[in-house]
Amino acid sequence: MATTRERIEPEQRNLVEMSWDPITRIVGNLGIYTKIDFDNREVVECKATSSLFRGYSVFMKGKDPRDAGFITSRICGICGDNHTVCSVYAQNMAYGIRMTPLAEHIFNLGEAAEYMFDHTIFQDNLVFVDFCEQMVKDTNPSVLAKAEQADAPHADVHGYRTIADIMRACNPFTGELYKESLVQSRITREMFCLMEGRHVHPSTLYPGGTGTVATPQVFTDYLSRLIHVADFVKEVVPLNDDLFDFFYEALPGYEEVGRRRVLLGCWGAFQDAQACDYRYEHMTDWGRKMKVTPGVVVDGELVTTDLVEINLGMRILLGSSYYDDWAGEEMFVPRDPLGNPVDRRHPWNQTTLPHPQKRDLQGGNYSWVMSPRWEAGRGEPPLALDTGGGAFARLYATALAGIVDEPFVKAPGDGTVQIHLPKTPGRAEQTLVWRIPQWSNAIERDRARAYFIAYGAAMAFGFVEKALAEVRKGQTKTFTDFEVPDEAIGCGFHEAVRGVLSHHLVIRDKKIANYHPYPPTPWNGSPTDSNGVLGPYEDAVKGTPIFEENGPESFRGVDIMRAVRSFDPCLPCGVHMYLGKGRTLKKVHQPMFGAVH
Amino acid sequence: MEAGRAFPGYEEIQPAPGFEEIHILWTSEGMSCDGDTVSITAAQLPRIEDVVNGNIPGLPKVHLHNKVLSPTLGGDEFLAPFFAAARGELDAPFIFVVEGSIPNEQINGDGYWTSMGNDPTTGEPLTLNWWIDQLAPKAWAVVAAGTCATYGGIHAMAGNPTGCMGLADYLGWEFRSAGGLPIVNVPGCPVQPDNFMETLTWVLYQAAGLAPVIPLDEHLRPQWLFGKTVHEGCDRAAYYEQADFAHDYNSPKCQVKIGCWGPVVNCNVTKRGWMDGLGGCPNVGGICIGCTMPGFPDRFMPFMDAPPGGSLSSMLLRPYGPFIRAMRGITNKGANREPRWRHNRPELTSGYEPRWGNTRGN
Repeated sequence: MATTRERIEPEQRNLVEMSWDPITRIVGNLGIYTKIDFDNREVVECKATSSLFRGYSVFMKGKDPRDAGFITSRICGICGDNHTVCSVYAQNMAYGIRMTPLAEHIFNLGEAAEYMFDHTIFQDNLVFVDFCEQMVKDTNPSVLAKAEQADAPHADVHGYRTIADIMRACNPFTGELYKESLVQSRITREMFCLMEGRHVHPSTLYPGGTGTVATPQVFTDYLSRLIHVADFVKEVVPLNDDLFDFFYEALPGYEEVGRRRVLLGCWGAFQDAQACDYRYEHMTDWGRKMKVTPGVVVDGELVTTDLVEINLGMRILLGSSYYDDWAGEEMFVPRDPLGNPVDRRHPWNQTTLPHPQKRDLQGGNYSWVMSPRWEAGRGEPPLALDTGGGAFARLYATALAGIVDEPFVKAPGDGTVQIHLPKTPGRAEQTLVWRIPQWSNAIERDRARAYFIAYGAAMAFGFVEKALAEVRKGQTKTFTDFEVPDEAIGCGFHEAVRGVLSHHLVIRDKKIANYHPYPPTPWNGSPTDSNGVLGPYEDAVKGTPIFEENGPESFRGVDIMRAVRSFDPCLPCGVHMYLGKGRTLKKVHQPMFGAVH
Repeated sequence: MEAGRAFPGYEEIQPAPGFEEIHILWTSEGMSCDGDTVSITAAQLPRIEDVVNGNIPGLPKVHLHNKVLSPTLGGDEFLAPFFAAARGELDAPFIFVVEGSIPNEQINGDGYWTSMGNDPTTGEPLTLNWWIDQLAPKAWAVVAAGTCATYGGIHAMAGNPTGCMGLADYLGWEFRSAGGLPIVNVPGCPVQPDNFMETLTWVLYQAAGLAPVIPLDEHLRPQWLFGKTVHEGCDRAAYYEQADFAHDYNSPKCQVKIGCWGPVVNCNVTKRGWMDGLGGCPNVGGICIGCTMPGFPDRFMPFMDAPPGGSLSSMLLRPYGPFIRAMRGITNKGANREPRWRHNRPELTSGYEPRWGNTRGN
């Protein structure tokens, strides 16, 4: 909630500085600092800052490259496995490994379970608290009154008669949906553990494959849980539609909350077991065969689906971050294996030089996060792509590309993704259709998350079939041996739950000479870069209208928090938002669950 | 290994008077990934919501203040009970849970490595270390969640820039909370979900006056959870006994020759699995990398090579069991020792060097 306020008057506007630091219900360490024009009900400025530095790129230097998957998992406490998988992809390229199809299926099943688990717990236990009865009562009592009268269109599916009933189900720790989602998030984590050993830092993944024992039992155990999870998914997707559609109706103009230009990146997920040989020279081809299509979307248009082009376009900028520049440092990879020049600001050529200093929000450095950008070659500074919280960019790129054609998921090229869930114990078979929406905003990022739970479940049905087919043929090899070369480079592209993930690796003397992971949060939560381009949180919050009914004195900032949380911030990967510095005029007591202070 | 000795002074601790309400102030703003908080949401024995909702008979009423699970919107709303506790004005005693390793803030000039909220008067970030200094001495009990907080963990690896360390390295191993307790360490990277919740439940029963002092070993771990090794609980140990080893990760046999440190690592994961008996480490094909140990990660790297003692003991296995136990005792001591660069002196001794040219040959 707001901590400070101070009046300044540029262009005759009365601006109140307000900050939320730390942001709750996210993983990691984030502060948001804004200037709000209450007369015109608009956020005028926003700074995002992360106050945490741990130094993975630094302390991995000189270590055995095979350790990278184990170490980088520890970057993130909710999607650490995404890092291990991405690291394995990068190492496979560096070591020249092709994994067995069964190993690929096991990786894909583990990651599908991760998407289901993580999107469920984040949506229902963290995001929905911003939409729950207690919160709406406190921030928009008139909306709650409307919700009491609003019939839920899909009441027959999910059982909640009114929208207010849905909101009550979201109340933290006591609501039915809140409690049920915790239970479901455990079942999906059990499915994850069947494939990757432990959550959140997996035990059974190695470069070259997995130690998971591929018996019929392990896949049957997974499938037997999946069918019950699918029942739950079939109920929550329509519930999400009901809740979010209601917000558009109840608060005309709500589409502007968290809205920004459509600038999306998706690095692709779920390798094609037949196509992927991990050779950089073939990456364009096997990248396009991934079961979530990689792509960059600019103003609603698909600019590329080519992982080589995506790779070469990456730029890591400074501007507001606590690091020294590496312009004079070593260029590790001047050209890629295809002979293309690689930029000095590309992760392969980055040297991380931390420089702790005082936070300066008035035109100086204010974050431990750097500013990853993507050079589109369109005559504008490198673009601040966002991930839309992951699911949004994945569905968007996949829908536009129109390539995915799997037994349970299809992208026919008409701007939709069609997700088919077979008959399950409690529900008939069902096809859920996600359509490219009009806006890139908070509501659509949140809605996409629910659909991607279904996407993960549907893909998992397909992967289980394929894995069991291998086992039945007696092809149970899950690991391919290898030797670490003296010198090599590699890159891995994957989708962490909340968006793009890349790992760039340089090996010399069989040791890590350079290693740079770029998870989604540096993209989304980056500060303003050296070209003056705002980071996506900053950009999305700036210009957000205020719908909350409380005035400045009891303002809680729920619209701003909905905008920020829609990106699924995960700050161990690095972010902190800053809203300005001022004197405290008043402390405000707010109702809090389980607290009286 | 047999259970370690209890920490000194164990017998002198007075039982709690029996609190009816208690706060849990949980900070994950150490050098962490928040993975321990996420992990405890996976616990089923008991579930976090059953503890918070008062469904466990005998426990005090629990007020949980954890950033990831907080219903507040953040900032002051979230920090209010932390500030109240720092002023000594909280309305009930509290358990202080620390997640993440503790950086050395004496080595970075005007900057900071990690903070939680701002100082209300100056607007400057309040470091985690400030919070620990304020809250740890006032807490009825202090619990370190995960290997980062207990011993330093991944972020305290050789070459780290932050000089970070475990909570006991920061507060001192002789630290005692307001309730007279040493730090309660629950290591694991992340914590095994049920291990943490079970420990917390004991501490809460103790707070309610219904349980005696929690039995901890000399590394301040609950004895009943960390008294045995991974190997002693592993269902692949029979292969070891027959000297029948896995030579790559396709094999379902004993993994000591391909990187498993199970014989010298104190952890119950092979007995307990990861979630309600399911998953785990070497029992399901994942080498033990020693993630619960004070010596983690450096003493276990490179993870995928056979531990030095592993080949010796597997060679001598058949002729001389007692000799192996003695040898393992020595290796276990090493694995239970933290590297010497984890300290709170105003200097960085981790071997930090951000440029490749100078790291070569590490």
